[in-house]
Amino acid sequence: MKKNPLLGRDVISMRDFGPAEIRAILDRCRAFEKKTKPLLGGKVLANLFFEPSTRTRLSFDAAMKRLGGATIGFADAISTSISKGESLWDTIRVAEGYCDVMVIRHPAEGSARLAAEATKLPVINGGDGSNQHPTQTLLDLYTLRQRCGRIEGLKVAFVGDLKYGRTVHSLIRSLSHFDARLWLVSPPTLRLPDDFLADLRETGTEHHIVDELAAVPADVDVLYLTRIQKERFADAIEYERVRNAWQVTPDNVARFGPKVTLMHPLPRVTEVHAALDQHPGAAWFDQAHNGVVVRQAILALCLGAA
Amino acid sequence: MAPGSAPKRVLTAAANPAPALQSAGASGATEVKPDSAKMQVSALRSGTVIDHLGPATSFKALKILGVGADATVLIGVNLDSSKLRKKDILKIEGRELTDAEMNKVALLSPQATFSLIRDFKVVRKFRPTLPDQVEGLIRCLNPACITQDPRVTGRFHVVTKAPLKLRCHFCERSLHENEIEFA
Ligand SMILES: [Zn+2]
Repeated sequence: MKKNPLLGRDVISMRDFGPAEIRAILDRCRAFEKKTKPLLGGKVLANLFFEPSTRTRLSFDAAMKRLGGATIGFADAISTSISKGESLWDTIRVAEGYCDVMVIRHPAEGSARLAAEATKLPVINGGDGSNQHPTQTLLDLYTLRQRCGRIEGLKVAFVGDLKYGRTVHSLIRSLSHFDARLWLVSPPTLRLPDDFLADLRETGTEHHIVDELAAVPADVDVLYLTRIQKERFADAIEYERVRNAWQVTPDNVARFGPKVTLMHPLPRVTEVHAALDQHPGAAWFDQAHNGVVVRQAILALCLGAA
Repeated sequence: MAPGSAPKRVLTAAANPAPALQSAGASGATEVKPDSAKMQVSALRSGTVIDHLGPATSFKALKILGVGADATVLIGVNLDSSKLRKKDILKIEGRELTDAEMNKVALLSPQATFSLIRDFKVVRKFRPTLPDQVEGLIRCLNPACITQDPRVTGRFHVVTKAPLKLRCHFCERSLHENEIEFA
């Protein structure tokens, strides 16, 4: 039996995991693709969602239940004593008595880190503002490995909003551990922030900042597409213009061939043409389904059951 | 998962008790001679000399130390320095800074050196060391950070010492030397 990489640990930030640990976690996920024994029978997961995120909550819910465990929790802060001004710390200390493991989703950045310090139980970050969403990053890496056969030395183009996308930031940072070569494709106003570029320079990660998909070489392994959000634009016309200019269609991905992997964290609006679902590389529904597999593995590992 | 072991060196906002002043040694105390020979200002009777402050940081240093308008202070700004090219010097009469206060100034200007003076003699020299972690002294600039809640104490990791770069323990945003704001 291999060493459990998550025993006695929280899953708060990808910063806490080195490349060997990331590989070890991904290795353990595979066993959960098939139906497993009820490894977490009698265990309770508390889903503490201080802001709504239906997909993440359902995914954790499904993961826990598939392993024979039960779930409790709330789906937004309005229905809880948070609205009465209870501190996050107190909420966590109370919930500690109700469960064996917690998932926290909270709009304040660093909230999951604080929660983890409040309790002895394992805490999993289900998204803290625009900071981290480590289970999303791990499911993306898992999907990459599934599709490309490896996560090392991949040529990946990130396309769309690279400024605000937490998913993209975290995945870029993780890929920099694995000798990735990156193309960062965005409108000039939505470029990757300087801090992340500085990190890429520090780790010696090859990266190219480009303004259009046409500038990406045809032999990239992956196109990671993102949503361009309306709230990021002060001007509605500007938003429409960027949105239309950045829609990815069967025509503009044709030159990448059938082997390219197309990813998107979902939900999508118009940035990915529906016809692309037929592309052999379209992996977005795999990503969503792998989310349950990866979360099953994380729950089982955190609780020492795998 | 509450942490099992405390980090190696943590600087906290709680002021350290004022350390007992040590004598500068048998050879007798040295007179304070700032690098810049041009800075021939009158010597300090008792108090603290801060040398090698980064250029034009002396007013910030006075602010974070809470040195008020009624204090007797000599300020040298943008003096020539062999070590730093340009530097500031501060002489604060009648006040011996605590270690915590000196470490706080070091966050503003990591190369600063300190001499505590009694009766014109240096009784202690102090070269601050930047800690691995800083707790409570600095405010996170990220408006979405959990530490904006006054019930949560800020904490930073020192990422690099020169130039100084910190990272918020909670929201993970980096803070560069020129962005540091004291709580
Ligand atoms: Zn912060």
